[in-house]
Amino acid sequence: MTSLVNQQPHSEAIGYSFSQSTHAPNKQHSFYPYTDNGGSTLGITGADFAILAGDTRSVAGYNINSRYAPKVFKIGGDDETGEGAHILLSVVGFAADGHALKERLDAVVKMYKYQHGKPMSVRACAQRLSTILYQKRFFPYYVHAILAGLDEEGTGALYSYDPVGSYEREQCRAAGSAASLIMPFLDNQVNFKNQYIPGSGEGHALEPKKAGPLPRSTVEQLVRDAFTSAVERHIEVGDGLQMMVITANGIEEIYTPLKQD
Amino acid sequence: MNHFPESWGRPRDDIYGTYNPAYLQSTGPKAHTQSPAVTGTSVIAVKFNGGVAIAADNLASYGSLARFTDVKRLRKFSDTAVVGFSGDVSDMQYMDRLLESIDIRENYSTHGNMLNAKNLHTYLSKVLYKRRSEFNPLWNHILVVGFDGDKKPFLSSADLLGTTYSAPHLATGFGAHLAVPILRRLFPEDRPTEDITKEDAVKALRECLKVLWYRDARSLDKYSLAIITEEGVEIKEDQRLENQSWAFAETIRGYGAQVV
Repeated sequence: MTSLVNQQPHSEAIGYSFSQSTHAPNKQHSFYPYTDNGGSTLGITGADFAILAGDTRSVAGYNINSRYAPKVFKIGGDDETGEGAHILLSVVGFAADGHALKERLDAVVKMYKYQHGKPMSVRACAQRLSTILYQKRFFPYYVHAILAGLDEEGTGALYSYDPVGSYEREQCRAAGSAASLIMPFLDNQVNFKNQYIPGSGEGHALEPKKAGPLPRSTVEQLVRDAFTSAVERHIEVGDGLQMMVITANGIEEIYTPLKQD
Repeated sequence: MNHFPESWGRPRDDIYGTYNPAYLQSTGPKAHTQSPAVTGTSVIAVKFNGGVAIAADNLASYGSLARFTDVKRLRKFSDTAVVGFSGDVSDMQYMDRLLESIDIRENYSTHGNMLNAKNLHTYLSKVLYKRRSEFNPLWNHILVVGFDGDKKPFLSSADLLGTTYSAPHLATGFGAHLAVPILRRLFPEDRPTEDITKEDAVKALRECLKVLWYRDARSLDKYSLAIITEEGVEIKEDQRLENQSWAFAETIRGYGAQVV
């Protein structure tokens, strides 16, 4: 009853009042702050190396923005070219967020070196990246990040992330638009899923093939095969393959052309 | 007479219906630019041996109305760079003011202006990214041309979301659909830009503007063209596509309503 009186203060109810302000529905924002720039990334580790790769196409819908827009970056290098870096980061998804994330992590790793007088470990950097992503939990960096480097023992280390900072260390991971095409291939060829030792038994007695670190040449070929196949089946992947190999000797970059169609 | 003062001087409810108080509302969410108002269409640019060429027409549209036909959408920045704007014209004027203040500050500094096109592109893309992150975007898609720190020709793009990319030839808006395929055919990306002469580049841009004039309804045959080389910036702001005409259209037979 009271609410009814409040809404209609006068007997000759007029439909408005100068104090009235709550009845208009809030306008919806129509600006959407994200876009998908497509592409795919892939990381595989070995006994003494880690490879991080990504295609170089940048798309907007059905348009190709650029045929060379790298997605794999050196983190914590001494200059603009990334010379002297010992960590790699790949970002795929919304390129502007990916770029901002890369710049932030790069600054963090540099500051760590200046403040502590030693390079940041990959494990520490991985935890820091998770924190950076989670800090924007309610307006996320819309990217799937993969971090690569060598751990304290010198073995290849690979960390994969979701856009809000959940992460884990893995042997291999594919991300981006063709992740669903590449990841099953990696399960089979790197972790030997569904591979059994021939003649080891019948049915459930069949012994699974044991997965172990692969040699660098094998891994490089796997990466190339994964991408040439993804290019055939996904329109957002193509133009070029940028592979970064991190070893105790530093970072080596290998570029291979992919199909441009 | 109605004795409630708040209804005096307003349309009567019994005749015009109840007044919508939403129009008087001053609280609620802050209204940012949710869509552009007065807009410029495509900007196109090509790298060539020793420089970059960029072009944009002189039209500012208000929806489908050709509102202003003498708007300069290419902005020179102190002999080192040119920025081409498409999208909202008022946001372009705001960014123009930002660039002006940087230019003045740099010129008063002791070292003189050392900003190159690459620096400028970094700056503008960060402005755009910051504004999109505040949900208050500058509704533009820009191309920045000039030279990078190594004195190599530079051409890069940035849009209202802060997305950046570069390529030997770029176009914004409708040009991304109509001009880029032409430019990619004329100048394949695997061919070095050193093989492209200034004359080839300018000719290609004019050809693209012609196609855009015929097929982009928000375009104009008056345009600006800027060429940036080691010698400096050369801007021509009153160019015209000569002898363009739709007169041939009525002679086309065999499709649409016309059968014979």
